[in-house]
Amino acid sequence: MSHLTVRIWRGADEGEFQDFSVPMRENQTVLDVVSEVQRTQDQSLSYRFACRVGVCGSCAMMVNGKPRWTCRTHIRSLKSSVVTIAPLRNMPRIKDLVTDMSGFIDKWGKAGNVFESQRDRGDAPALVDPSSPMRKVADAAIECINCGVCHAACDVVSWNDAYLGPAALNRAWSLVNDERHSGKKETMMAAMGDGGCGNCHSQGNCMAACPIGLSPTRSIAGLKKMSLMSLLGGSDA
Amino acid sequence: MPNPMFEMRLYLLQRLTAILMLPMVIGHLATIMYATRSELTAASILERTQSSPWLVVFYTGFVILVSIHAPLGLRKIMGEWLRVSPKLANRISVLLFLGFLGLGLRGVWALTGGTMS
Repeated sequence: MSHLTVRIWRGADEGEFQDFSVPMRENQTVLDVVSEVQRTQDQSLSYRFACRVGVCGSCAMMVNGKPRWTCRTHIRSLKSSVVTIAPLRNMPRIKDLVTDMSGFIDKWGKAGNVFESQRDRGDAPALVDPSSPMRKVADAAIECINCGVCHAACDVVSWNDAYLGPAALNRAWSLVNDERHSGKKETMMAAMGDGGCGNCHSQGNCMAACPIGLSPTRSIAGLKKMSLMSLLGGSDA
Repeated sequence: MPNPMFEMRLYLLQRLTAILMLPMVIGHLATIMYATRSELTAASILERTQSSPWLVVFYTGFVILVSIHAPLGLRKIMGEWLRVSPKLANRISVLLFLGFLGLGLRGVWALTGGTMS
């Protein structure tokens, strides 16, 4: 049976790659390989996963330099006999393949991600027309599950610590297009503030890397357009 | 920053200047072709361009737009690629603005008949 060489990051921000050899199988994902190393070769290897089927987003890692969901990445598709696996980029490393995602999550808050409503339980449910232009735009952005892949793919995030990043701004975009959201002005102010949408270079790495094909690039472009229009219109949001 | 919209206003300013400069760059390229048709010396170029008040107006506007646009772009590059602190990047950008404006308007002055010495 032929073998696959797996280079796995060990340590935290300081550390090094350690080579492992695992049997090449007919069907195996990168997550299968990491699990096999942990179970059969080094039980001290730390990594995250939960669902194994591309629902939860917790197994995201850098695979051969690209952020991927390891459970949805087949070794075969990499077309390489050496696979390099590292923790997600642009996040502090805790141990081995585990990153500290708190800064990433905090940025969601800074981008005004909290839904506000003026309605209460006595009100009838809001009637949102699924074919309305605003709802279509929100729907296009709303399936994000916070896996952090786009954040790891973004060069602007790596250059500018204050930049809120594609995931947080994508969330802001889905909120300002939600007609039930009563805090649109606050969300818009946050999304166009210092670390906001104006920092995006429209390189599209987030869009290329998103495992479910969302386009934070388009969402951020929408925020830019909206914020420029509001500034030109004389108000701040 | 005292105003949370400071960055966004600069962003807007840079985009607006870019939009205005786009046709002017084409006009500038056309002027270069016209001005350097034959001899490539300051005297011969000025001979062709100095008589036009339209060019003075055109280049005054162009110089002002460039002086705003370019330092804003360089300011971002300084921050993102060279890791210059925001405060220092702001100061350098203001100096660049004044430098571009001074040098540019000095050139425009030559178009009006002022000497280039």
